[in-house]
Amino acid sequence: MPKHTFTVNGKKVTVKAEDSVRLLWILRDVLGITGPKYGCGINVCKACTSHINGQAFNPCSVPVGKIKPTDEITTIEGLAKKGRLHPMQQAWIDHDVAQCGYCQPGQIMAAVALVKKLRKEGRPVRNADLDEIRNICRCGTYDRIRDAIKDGARRM
Amino acid sequence: MADSPQLDRRRFVGFVVAAPTLAVAVRIVAAPPAAASIPTLPGPAELFDLGDLQNLAAQPTMNNIMMVLNRDGTVSFALPRSENGQGIMTSTAMIIAEEMDIPVKRVKVTLADARPELIWNQLTGGSNSTRSTYMPIRTAAAVAKAKLREAAAREFGVSERSLTTSEGAVVAEDGRSIDYGDLAVLAAVTETTEVAVTLKAPENFRIVGKGHGRTDARAAVTGKKKYAMDLKVKGAKPTMVCRPPTINGTVKSVLNRPAVLAMPGVTHVVTISTGVAVRARTFGQCINAVRALKVNWGPGPVDGLSDGDILAEIKSAELPLTPPLLGTAIDGNFTFWFASNSALETNCAIADVRADRAEIWGPMKVPIAAKQAIAQRLGLQPGAVKVHVIQGGGSFGRKLFHDAAMEAVEASKKMGKPVKLMWHRADDSRQGRVHPMATSRVRAVTLGTEVLSFEQRHTSISTDFTHGFGEMITAFAGSLPVGDIGFSETIYALSQSLHYNFGLTTQLMSEVDTRFNTGSMRNIYSPNTAVARELMVDKIAKSMNKDPYQFRREFVRTPRLKAVLEKVADVGNWGRPMPHGMAQGIAIHDEYRTATACLVEIDCRPKTVNRKIRQARTGPRVTKVVFAIDAGLPINPEGLKAQMMGASMDGIALVLTSSLHLRNGYFLEASWDNYAYTRQWNTPPVVQVIVMPPTSDTPGGAGEVGVAASGAAVAAAYARATGVMPTSFPINHKSPLHFKVKPTVPPIPQSPTNGLPGPR
Repeated sequence: MPKHTFTVNGKKVTVKAEDSVRLLWILRDVLGITGPKYGCGINVCKACTSHINGQAFNPCSVPVGKIKPTDEITTIEGLAKKGRLHPMQQAWIDHDVAQCGYCQPGQIMAAVALVKKLRKEGRPVRNADLDEIRNICRCGTYDRIRDAIKDGARRM
Repeated sequence: MADSPQLDRRRFVGFVVAAPTLAVAVRIVAAPPAAASIPTLPGPAELFDLGDLQNLAAQPTMNNIMMVLNRDGTVSFALPRSENGQGIMTSTAMIIAEEMDIPVKRVKVTLADARPELIWNQLTGGSNSTRSTYMPIRTAAAVAKAKLREAAAREFGVSERSLTTSEGAVVAEDGRSIDYGDLAVLAAVTETTEVAVTLKAPENFRIVGKGHGRTDARAAVTGKKKYAMDLKVKGAKPTMVCRPPTINGTVKSVLNRPAVLAMPGVTHVVTISTGVAVRARTFGQCINAVRALKVNWGPGPVDGLSDGDILAEIKSAELPLTPPLLGTAIDGNFTFWFASNSALETNCAIADVRADRAEIWGPMKVPIAAKQAIAQRLGLQPGAVKVHVIQGGGSFGRKLFHDAAMEAVEASKKMGKPVKLMWHRADDSRQGRVHPMATSRVRAVTLGTEVLSFEQRHTSISTDFTHGFGEMITAFAGSLPVGDIGFSETIYALSQSLHYNFGLTTQLMSEVDTRFNTGSMRNIYSPNTAVARELMVDKIAKSMNKDPYQFRREFVRTPRLKAVLEKVADVGNWGRPMPHGMAQGIAIHDEYRTATACLVEIDCRPKTVNRKIRQARTGPRVTKVVFAIDAGLPINPEGLKAQMMGASMDGIALVLTSSLHLRNGYFLEASWDNYAYTRQWNTPPVVQVIVMPPTSDTPGGAGEVGVAASGAAVAAAYARATGVMPTSFPINHKSPLHFKVKPTVPPIPQSPTNGLPGPR
């Protein structure tokens, strides 16, 4: 079985698995990193959204063989640094966003990446940008997600 | 003072229980159900609703709920209910904190395992959790506080009367104070004894009624909150089921078992009642194995049937409407297509079945029923089956049933290994339980400016209530004001209130066809019946040249409903001028002893309706929701607002975008881009929820009630914006599909490989 080495949440890891196994299952079933959630397995619901080298991505749709040793993966567990919440996480708490909470790791990771991307492009967060977020929330807490992203962006 | 009825109503008896630290339990003093006498003829739901039935059923076993004070000053309470995002663990912590005078963060609420001795008192449904547990939990907390004061009085050598309690400590007049934690052992008893207590007067509430963030918010945003599939159970490997191509099809034979067993990571392949279960090192390898399986499938009970066939079947079962003797009949016929209550967390459970025992972990709202069914299937004594209730990733009615747990125990037994069984999204959508297709027919008879009668006839594919409601109804049939009718008809009658003074009002339900996998979806019948009712109210108003809001104000039956109606009209600026193609809609709904009203604004202009988002259902957009809720006694207004916001997203989806299409015996929708639940592009940019001040000393239900009024207001707004009253829901059900239908063999799609950002 091939070996794969990469960095997750600042830690170097090596796992043995077939190249085709999607990274979500390497994280959840092999490494026990369960923050990224399964919601569809086909890159639609975005519940597994995490970061690779600072950009949002969906590990349910990435074969582990495509991950390079230099790749740095951050899941929701790695967003807070040294016990200090990321401003977006704090905004989420302040707006009491989560209901069942299942989609929220993906929502927060998507939100952080969106704000960073817009900032790079020199644009503020607009309603039209929020309309394009594909992460589903079956509890329907969308309105608070929108408020928290705008607030979190101001604090980032 | 002791004779004051005001005080008597707050006097309850509990127990202090023999334990190493202070432990209390409660038995609520039986009180007759409040029988409000209303001058006009009330409907059964107003005298005694579904929640009253649940309260009645829960009463004899409430003495089994226990609260323990720990040495570290925290209070532990295992709530015999299931949390799926509705916020009951937070509101329960608030109720305990209020009555005990302790900070909310020192109250540790967990979910109780299945406890058969609770009988009907461990069913999370009918928006009844807080309604049924509010008084018993307060009583237990009050007993604990009384014992703490008693112990502190002994410690300080002062009279109890001179002591006060605050922030988790007992304080003496001279300023001395002792923390509850330091009293945990001192207040413990060696013999269980009865204690009478007086509950705190509501005017002294400092926590209940004030908004409080969810107690698990930090765990939720840091990824630490654990759901069933996040648990580590030794040896429980990922397991998935290869399911038939049509609803409830069967396995005739597996053609390539050895080849699939030889695939990387695969450990077991066994046939179970619902398909072929595969166990592997990772779920990814389960997906590969499910897709590789070659199975000779037997037919399902609805093979070859499509939406139109089922609608024809329902139509043939519709009850007749009464021909009007005088006046003008105004009729409406409405169709509601199949809808899905699939949560984001798919059906799932962990099972470890041994020869003489079994242990199960999963999000289950009726764990006692699960335990009994599992014991029966495994041929074990119920005592040998342990069922752990894990917080769920959403329910919306789906987790009233324990379908995944039944599969998990069957697979674990046949494989001889623990399994972590999870449904694929495609399975959850296609083979999971559904909200039944239904029609609602309404006939109103008017004469001048009077409404003489209002008949509503709801006809539906059967709803499965075999998860506990059914047994509850059988046991308490004699206490119900509805006579000897079926389970579903009883639940219908106990959930439908009369909303308007429309003369003779009758609401009947009949159902057909038990071949589908159905269940209650959030708010059961009301998302359909309210849409039909409120659209007809607008139609009647129009026939009398009256404004929809003014007409409702004139005919609404209760002051509570009138107050919420006026509130949304005021805050939402009812009647403000809007551009052509946009309109407001307004609706009310009363259920679970909670009164609600909703005002929405909708944009049906072509530019909006035809906006393009890839692989998405766009269409009309609700631009604003104003919602008012009178929940009797609001416990956590923040939580109530969250529930109304979420329920409004359900209302929008059910009226505008989301349904299942039945074609040739299976549902076409197999993903979240197929089943068009509300997404960000259909979210109203403005959502405003108003929690009305308390109108009662007990809380009403809140988890479901928001769907009906919001959906009805959206339908009404759509009718006014387009000039055409919609009669088929969701309105786009018959539009061309916005997606390419996924194959049914193999039953689940392979994961793509395009998940990396940008070019690499």
